[in-house]
Amino acid sequence: MYTNEFRAHTNDKRRRDGERGRQAGMATRYAKPTDLEEALRLLDEARWTILAGGTDFYPALGSAPLRDNVLDINGLAALKGIVDIESHIVIGARTTWTEVLRHPLPPAFDALKLAAREVGSIQIQNSGTVAGNLCNASPAADGVPPLLILDAEVEIHSVKETRTLPLKDFILGNRKTARGPGEMVTAVRIPRHAATGASGFVKLGARRYLVISIAMAAARVTTAQGKIVEAAISVGSCSAVAQRLAGLEERLKGQPVQACAGIVAAYGFPELSPIDDVRGTASYRLQAAREIVARALLQAMGGSAEGGLAA
Amino acid sequence: MSAAPVSLSFEINGKPVSVAVSPVQRLSSVLRDELGLTGTKVGCDAGDCGACSVIVDGEVVCACLTPAASVEGARVRTVEGLANGTLSALQQSFLRHGAAQCGICTPGLLVTATALLEKNPVPSETEVQDALGGVLCRCTGYRKIVRAVTNANGPTALDTALIPARAAVGASPIRLDGERKVTGAEIFGADERPEDALSVLVVRSPHWHAAFEIGDTKAAFLSAHPGILAVFTAADIPGRNRFGVIPPFADQPALAENRARFRGEAVALIAGERAAIEDLDLADFPIAWKELPHALSPEEAKTFPPLHEGRDGNLLTQGYVECGDPEAALASAHATVGGAIETSYVEHAYIEPEAGYAAMEGDTLVVKACTQAPYMDRDDTAAVLGLPPEKVRIVPLATGGGFGSKLDVSLQPLIGLVALKTGRPAALAYTRGDSMRSTTKRHPASMKAAIGADAQGRITGMVFEGDFNTGAYASWGPTVANRVPVHASGPYLTPNYRAVGRAIHTNGPVSGAFRGFGVPQATIMQETLYDRLAEKLGLDRLEFRILNALTDGQKTTCGQLLASGVGIRPCLEQLRAHWRRALEEAARHNAAAGKTRRGVGVASCWYGCGNTSLPNPSTIKLGIAPDGCVVLHQGAVDIGQGSNTVVTQICADALGLPLSTFTLLGGDTGMTPDAGKTSASRQTYVSGKAAELAGRALREKILRFANVSEAAEIAVEGQHLLVSEGEVRRGIALSSLPLDADGYAFAAQATYDPPTEALDEKGQGKPYAIYGYGAQLVELEVDVTLGTVKLRKVTAAHDVGRAINPLLAEGQIEGGIAQGIGLALMEEYIPGRTENLHDYLIPTIGDVPEVETILMEVPDPEGPFGAKGLGEHVLIPTAPAILNAIRHATGAEITKVPATPARVLEAIQAVEKAP
Repeated sequence: MYTNEFRAHTNDKRRRDGERGRQAGMATRYAKPTDLEEALRLLDEARWTILAGGTDFYPALGSAPLRDNVLDINGLAALKGIVDIESHIVIGARTTWTEVLRHPLPPAFDALKLAAREVGSIQIQNSGTVAGNLCNASPAADGVPPLLILDAEVEIHSVKETRTLPLKDFILGNRKTARGPGEMVTAVRIPRHAATGASGFVKLGARRYLVISIAMAAARVTTAQGKIVEAAISVGSCSAVAQRLAGLEERLKGQPVQACAGIVAAYGFPELSPIDDVRGTASYRLQAAREIVARALLQAMGGSAEGGLAA
Repeated sequence: MSAAPVSLSFEINGKPVSVAVSPVQRLSSVLRDELGLTGTKVGCDAGDCGACSVIVDGEVVCACLTPAASVEGARVRTVEGLANGTLSALQQSFLRHGAAQCGICTPGLLVTATALLEKNPVPSETEVQDALGGVLCRCTGYRKIVRAVTNANGPTALDTALIPARAAVGASPIRLDGERKVTGAEIFGADERPEDALSVLVVRSPHWHAAFEIGDTKAAFLSAHPGILAVFTAADIPGRNRFGVIPPFADQPALAENRARFRGEAVALIAGERAAIEDLDLADFPIAWKELPHALSPEEAKTFPPLHEGRDGNLLTQGYVECGDPEAALASAHATVGGAIETSYVEHAYIEPEAGYAAMEGDTLVVKACTQAPYMDRDDTAAVLGLPPEKVRIVPLATGGGFGSKLDVSLQPLIGLVALKTGRPAALAYTRGDSMRSTTKRHPASMKAAIGADAQGRITGMVFEGDFNTGAYASWGPTVANRVPVHASGPYLTPNYRAVGRAIHTNGPVSGAFRGFGVPQATIMQETLYDRLAEKLGLDRLEFRILNALTDGQKTTCGQLLASGVGIRPCLEQLRAHWRRALEEAARHNAAAGKTRRGVGVASCWYGCGNTSLPNPSTIKLGIAPDGCVVLHQGAVDIGQGSNTVVTQICADALGLPLSTFTLLGGDTGMTPDAGKTSASRQTYVSGKAAELAGRALREKILRFANVSEAAEIAVEGQHLLVSEGEVRRGIALSSLPLDADGYAFAAQATYDPPTEALDEKGQGKPYAIYGYGAQLVELEVDVTLGTVKLRKVTAAHDVGRAINPLLAEGQIEGGIAQGIGLALMEEYIPGRTENLHDYLIPTIGDVPEVETILMEVPDPEGPFGAKGLGEHVLIPTAPAILNAIRHATGAEITKVPATPARVLEAIQAVEKAP
């Protein structure tokens, strides 16, 4: 189960709805609209599970019978691809990880590309979408830390309104987002000001490929005259929602590049609240987070640390 | 899927097709169930294994995650489209390199690698790994796959037809069942399904331990669910509702009777039309549960009421071996070490979940399913269903990996019951979750041991004690309990010794057979202590092992005299040069400060082939048909390891006819005699020996018929047998001879049972007729700040007696090492938590380093052409060698495997904190 779905209901909820549907003798609806307005109109009139890449939709369904209405957004051509507008770089909601990898993007996006390579497998990257990864809201979503350091915004449409939320306000918890019923995420937008500097990403897993992170870190740094002008740092899999490390960012600002390692070593990581699970203990995660943050920063500053995967 | 069908048109392997399916139906299901293209396999339905990989408009995707609607107008390519009249270069390369073993992952790998090669015809090893990282293989260890893809355009393979008579043994022809594995034509358990088959759904316990009552399944439930035809419970079982691989311990009900003893236990069956079963939500199945107290660890279970009557303290059984006076030896030793280690549940994680169907043919129940043991399936299924064994016929379909778990029946009695009761064929393919929840695991072990040596470094004594969590039912628990004490000394002379192995019931998953039957766990204990003992003695770790290695003429801890064929010392000696190089390289790396430390580790194995002191005969039959075909009734089930090829190679050379004259019949109990189970590394040795004897017997008959001596040569030419000796040449017209009941002009059958002797109350006797030996050297790098381990190289020296097929032997070694890597570093099955292939991790193509194989041939007088078993030996040394290398690199002592990054880091920090 990797990245990609817009999922409104929990499994329990799914089952209850299913039973209601069956009792009422309702058939499961399927729609594959070709324009956004029609999609939004459908979303407004009933409850739907939105299907994009399918890489989270099918694992969540498992072998259970389908009881939800399915809104297949794969007919919405307008949501595909990456475009530059003056203020933003806009990643359409249907854009896959492979498309991110193949699209020329500034070095600030290197972290996102490194993450893209580690999302599941090539098979998953070819189907799974960036926006779906956010909507699925797994604490271990590979896309979230690199998008957090890009100050990503989530564009949400409904029949009634269009709104944009900072990514940090969009993901509310484990598998919980701010997307309401009747709403659809249409794009992930990176503000131009954040597309500066260079970036790095380190994923820590227990095997080389196809692995859910124990922890991961992304860092974007702008330097001038050997000093850190601005740093954006985030850590995933160490809290219910990946976190920006504002405290550390603040401490690094204006410091010489060489001081970076010492500052990370002395930092307390109050933003993180890791748990024990099958992949690692809380205390391990905290120690590992410190190390991979240091490595991601080093990478972002042109150091030799190996990017991508530390397994 | 219940969305209304739509009409979709797309191109499949160059041809246009139209189907009417639910738009959200998985593409994998459309391909397999609607279009009959079963080459695309389903291993997990979650994108975790890549077996269903197909190419859609040039990009490889998981068909199980692709909605049918998304391929409207697209070009779809599957494994069936890779060959264009002849096999593609990549398919041929897979055959040439032995890159397909069981073949269940092969289509996904071929498709994914084809997509890579079309963009990048000359990929590097890293590029191949990056591309194939999403396709899991459990058999091969991936090394031959990497080679097959990087050398896809190399020379063609050795043509089997070109191997002359008496030259098959020692050659590496393409495996005889290879071609259908690379074309997608191989039929696995889920690939065949009669049109009119009912689907079966198994209701399973969600609780560790619970009483249950099933309500009205007749009136209310059936009438509420049109298309659902029947519900079956334990009350419907006509025979003895107890199965088990070891008859005296048989204790597992096919369907639980009012009380389920583990999470995942089958309690009822629902049979119905396929669409109705697929649309059934189990939420309203009338069953009431009452949870009972449960124990998940042997420690707790010892104080719990017995799960099975008469097994007090939940002790299933205990194995015991004692020789000399171990306490006195340890007390007077120059140096001693002691320690404790725990291991975890390990899941077999074959890529093929259990699948098959059952159907009545007259009054005979025919079960076609994946299996490792057709005759045992037959007998267990017949007993449960109250049928005489001859009224059950097991037809093994190709088995997509087994590793021990497919020795026990799984779905056979269940689908058999439905077919028997309804008269309709009944089909069932386990989901990945069902497979993981309900089938056997490797025993978690909790072990302690102490070992002592004299001042010269000779082992003087050892004590070992291990509790093995055998789960809710017996399965192979007794075998593990008995095998461990026999092997826990390792292949080293240990004059004073006591070892106890206990199999203890808990409410955990049933622990059964898994490649090595407990020996891999025990070897972790012994071999890690050996490193500490060598250090204490100030001896080189490899030389310490060579000093103590068993040699010809010495006795085992069971008092068994090993007269000849003891190959452990030559294996260890072969590693000397590699050891020196590796130690120097590691020292050079470690001289520089950094976040990584390199380490080198070594460990040995020995393993008795076949059952422990119990009969386990194999029978092989062959005949020559009037058309000149030599038909081999080859009942040693090939689950990927290569018995189809190896047994035939042996038989061919014994008979004196070339391999190309042979045709194989599989292990169908209706026409092939019992060649025993594929387990205990016994097929090359035991079935191979039977094949040798049968081949020689047939040769003898022909020679006698032609009235020539043993020196004569036999050949087949068309429908004639040509026998020549010097100037004498005789042609025998096969069609002119009377034919036997099977239609053969000449036929022979032979049975071989290894000569073993029972163990007495101190475990003294002759448990096995043959042992195989090996040693592995692991080089690795530990990231000391993250606790991650990166393997650099494994050098494996294995004494196989005689390499019947060196390529297949290498394949066994590389595959065993991959499973050893999993055991050491990542595999930990936690019931209720890791019942899928993304939380339960097995090695990917990026986790298995270069493997250098050294095949040693110290012939055993008992084995066919001197051959010994190999299949299980190969994974035994890997995990302890890895742990020894981690300790060498960092000083860290791992006391629980797998050595996950968190555990490794904790152990490193414990060393740093130590005074």
